[in-house]
Amino acid sequence: MDGAGRAGVVIAGAGQSGFQAAFSLRTEGYDGPITLIGDEPHIPYQRPPLSKDFMAGKMDPDSLPLRPESFYEAQRIELRMGERIEAIETSGRAVFLASGERLPFDSLILATGARNRRLTVPGAELPGVCYLRSVDEAVAIQERLEAARRVVIIGGGFIGLEMAAIAAAQGREVVVVEAQSRVMPRVVAPVISAFFQETHEARGVRFAFNAAVTELRGAESVEFVHLSDGSMYAAELVVVGIGVVPNMELAARAGLEVGNGIRVDEYLETGAPGIYAIGDCAWHPNRFAGGLARIESVQNGVDQARCVAATIAGKRAPYDPVPWFWTDQFDLKLQMAGLSSGFDEVVVRGEAASRRFSVFYFREGKLLAVDSINRPGDHLVARKLLAAGVEITGAEAGDPGFDLKTAAASRA
Amino acid sequence: MSFFSKKPKETVSVTYVSHNGAVREVAVPVENTVMEGAVANNIEGIVAECGGSCMCATCHVYVDEAFLGQLEPIAENEEEMLGNTAAPRQANSRLACQLKLTNALNGLRVTTPPNQQ
Repeated sequence: MDGAGRAGVVIAGAGQSGFQAAFSLRTEGYDGPITLIGDEPHIPYQRPPLSKDFMAGKMDPDSLPLRPESFYEAQRIELRMGERIEAIETSGRAVFLASGERLPFDSLILATGARNRRLTVPGAELPGVCYLRSVDEAVAIQERLEAARRVVIIGGGFIGLEMAAIAAAQGREVVVVEAQSRVMPRVVAPVISAFFQETHEARGVRFAFNAAVTELRGAESVEFVHLSDGSMYAAELVVVGIGVVPNMELAARAGLEVGNGIRVDEYLETGAPGIYAIGDCAWHPNRFAGGLARIESVQNGVDQARCVAATIAGKRAPYDPVPWFWTDQFDLKLQMAGLSSGFDEVVVRGEAASRRFSVFYFREGKLLAVDSINRPGDHLVARKLLAAGVEITGAEAGDPGFDLKTAAASRA
Repeated sequence: MSFFSKKPKETVSVTYVSHNGAVREVAVPVENTVMEGAVANNIEGIVAECGGSCMCATCHVYVDEAFLGQLEPIAENEEEMLGNTAAPRQANSRLACQLKLTNALNGLRVTTPPNQQ
């Protein structure tokens, strides 16, 4: 479908998913107008490095944008940076910007992302209490980190641990406060939590588990973090990484169904024909989750963008890729394939002591997910096994002599 | 755009050849990777889905033989990823995200495979 002379596609949100939707529309041959609207002042950029190489000062800031500015001109993608959509007129097929400008669309892609869950305890608004999602926030943390001696990280998830690793590597005293009893509790098995905790502790990071923050105190900026057990930690910098909330208010105001995100079908389409939701904000049917899911990852954002772009370009197919994720902490690269929640059996392949091993998760004998530490080959094969639904047993997974790659090829 | 630096940088020439023979020669800052040079210059044929984290094996390139000896050796992670590229691995296969440019690599020539995924 060539779309020329029509209202075109409006994309709400210029993060990884919104960018990819614009990019893929062109590679799929869509020729109509594309407008990419984002409320940050910067052209679309990568977020993963913000808590990894960019934060550590190991990355050229010029490499942060997903594509140079010239790309958008060449591809006839109109960038509207620093703007926000205030309302959607579903019947009239148009959006309204904050300025009052009305933009008609044939298709609307909601890639509105998510925002950080905020700490609500007393003192949470003190300067020096930072969050990380945008490049501006990353730079603010970098500046504070430079001058800080003691850092408290609230939340032992990916962002918290990546920040802890960078701060510890730079010689700061780091304490991670986690509400549950182990790190990354929602996503990895206890064996991996224990391994990452040991690695962090060996580099000087301390942990406070089963701990809730009750108050932050300080005169001009944050100085102390108080916990529910009565303990207290001094800090010049506090980074809060306690999860995100999907940006779905725009969709809700337009009467679209929302729950844990913007509700879409297997084609990522909302109840209003021609209006789609992708990425962190999309609450979608996912066979790997065994039901509706909202997934916060580069893979999910990119693949959902490709799926919707193909649909708009006339190649409609349901969304079905294997979820995958990664995190870098110190010298460890943890790569996750599939969704492990609900597992009843865990098999370790390799030795944790070698710092290169994978964990296979099963439920009722069926492979759910594989987490690999410094074993990228296992990770890539795992994605193939899961995509094709290849069955392997726990005994095979744990047998170092069993060739996963051959199994993926021969049993698919 | 304020956080994206505007300082002039020392560059080297890198030539990207597509699998069907299209040739693009571009200037890429020293210390940047061959993958970053491709993305910044809209070179097709390098997907770089993970943004250069040696995660996805979608920035596979074939390096011109003349430069093979001047590259950093293949690390363990890259070795494993190269075993899982979409296009066949050859003796001169590398992941572009792991190739950091130095002055010695001025004139580097790489060929992109027909598919990355």
